[in-house]
Amino acid sequence: MPNATSSPLGTYLDHLEKDELAYQFSPEANKAVFYPRVICPYTGSDRLEWRISKGLGTVYATTVVHAQQGETYNVALVDVDEGFRMMSRVEDIAPTAVHIGMRVKFRVHRPGGEEPPMPVFAPAEGA
Amino acid sequence: MQGLIRGSAAIIGAAESDIGAVAANMSAIDLMAQGIHRALADCGLRLSDVDGLYCATTQGRTSAMSLCEYLNLPHAYTDSTIVGGSSFEIHVAHAQAALAAGLCTVAVIAYGSTQRTVGRRQASAREYNPHETPFRPFLPASAYAMVASRHMHEFGTTREQLAEVAVAAREWALLNPAAWEKKPLSVTDVLAARPISDPFTVRDCCLITDGGGAIVMTTADRARSTGKPPVYVLGCGQAITHASISSMPDLTHSGARESGAAAYKMARMQPSDMAVLELYDAFTINTILFLEDLGFCAKGEGGPFVAGGRIAPKGSLPVNTNGGGLSYCHPGMYGLFLLIEAVRQLRKECGDRQVPGAETALVHGNGGVLSAQATVILGTEAAL
Repeated sequence: MPNATSSPLGTYLDHLEKDELAYQFSPEANKAVFYPRVICPYTGSDRLEWRISKGLGTVYATTVVHAQQGETYNVALVDVDEGFRMMSRVEDIAPTAVHIGMRVKFRVHRPGGEEPPMPVFAPAEGA
Repeated sequence: MQGLIRGSAAIIGAAESDIGAVAANMSAIDLMAQGIHRALADCGLRLSDVDGLYCATTQGRTSAMSLCEYLNLPHAYTDSTIVGGSSFEIHVAHAQAALAAGLCTVAVIAYGSTQRTVGRRQASAREYNPHETPFRPFLPASAYAMVASRHMHEFGTTREQLAEVAVAAREWALLNPAAWEKKPLSVTDVLAARPISDPFTVRDCCLITDGGGAIVMTTADRARSTGKPPVYVLGCGQAITHASISSMPDLTHSGARESGAAAYKMARMQPSDMAVLELYDAFTINTILFLEDLGFCAKGEGGPFVAGGRIAPKGSLPVNTNGGGLSYCHPGMYGLFLLIEAVRQLRKECGDRQVPGAETALVHGNGGVLSAQATVILGTEAAL
């Protein structure tokens, strides 16, 4: 069997470069899979489809990190509507204003330099 | 499948190495060796009796190899399973299996860390996770903080109830001459301390100390001919549900439910049979979560359960009697110290903090970010 020509993380980052939040879907398990992998953790099958999320989600858990230097910042776990959870942060509001249950919308943050693009979220009231 | 046999192995020796702040240039393996020397002295055995080595440390990729060299034990049966702080509870189960299979006859389980001396970053550098590291969670604290945020949201657990866990640990520590913390602590003190990762302040987080130690295990038959009363391994269970917090299936339900159920089943016991509990308290939420998941109160009631000093020295349920990772000592991975304290409680060696008539103990180890859960139930001859 020839070697794979792309990796799960590589494909994920390629989508982020195009402002897309990609995830895998296991047709046999009928479930979303995240983070991206080479086999499905529910079935062991290597049949995994790539899908693009609509980018809407709900904050599942949140914290404010008090760094010894620099400003405080938010870290959150977001339940994306298509059925997977990911770590991210909620921007555009004070870190202390982020709350569990808050509806949020995905966008790409580009840190620049050698850093890969990052999936972040902003409040999406009513979404 | 036969599985592990209740009471087939026993812990016969237990000792800390130097703990707290150790001498400059002491290594993790030095502390393991010092712990082994003291634990062997505790049960009257010699290094030449040892033919099983179990160890783990974040300060060496191949610690079993280092320990074989250091102790000149080229033929020892070795296992350096490392899944974070609960590694040592898993080593107990693995040693019990190896003793039953005749792969070794005297096993030592050792740990050492100089993380206070060398700095946490050097002692346990975090691996890069492309799905977490870019968001700069302050790990492990931020992971447990998000668990606490979720527990507060779902069950109404309060900031004060979390603080009660730290206060109870401190009250126990004040009864333990070996504990790092020496001053009283109040709920107000915990809430007013330096914030780390909301809702935690520094007093919700375990200490950063040096330390190490060892325990000695052998077969039940051989254990009866050693100097001190054997502490039998009655039950073991483990569950590894995830590695990263973003992959934890449910933040308010840990794998302790499964590890505890397996240990109770093997021991043929239930929560009400446990006289003393040693629960891995890396953060205040841990104790609350484990009391729930191990069946000492209903899910969601851990906050009210710990209120009013129930788990403090004058309370009705003795938990973390050495002062815990919050106030006694926490050198990176804490699981071995839970076992040492349980052994001492069951041998009635604990002085002012002794739980009267303790014949059974539940030890619960936690590794990673609530990732690797491992439960060990221990008992005296009376509990067999």
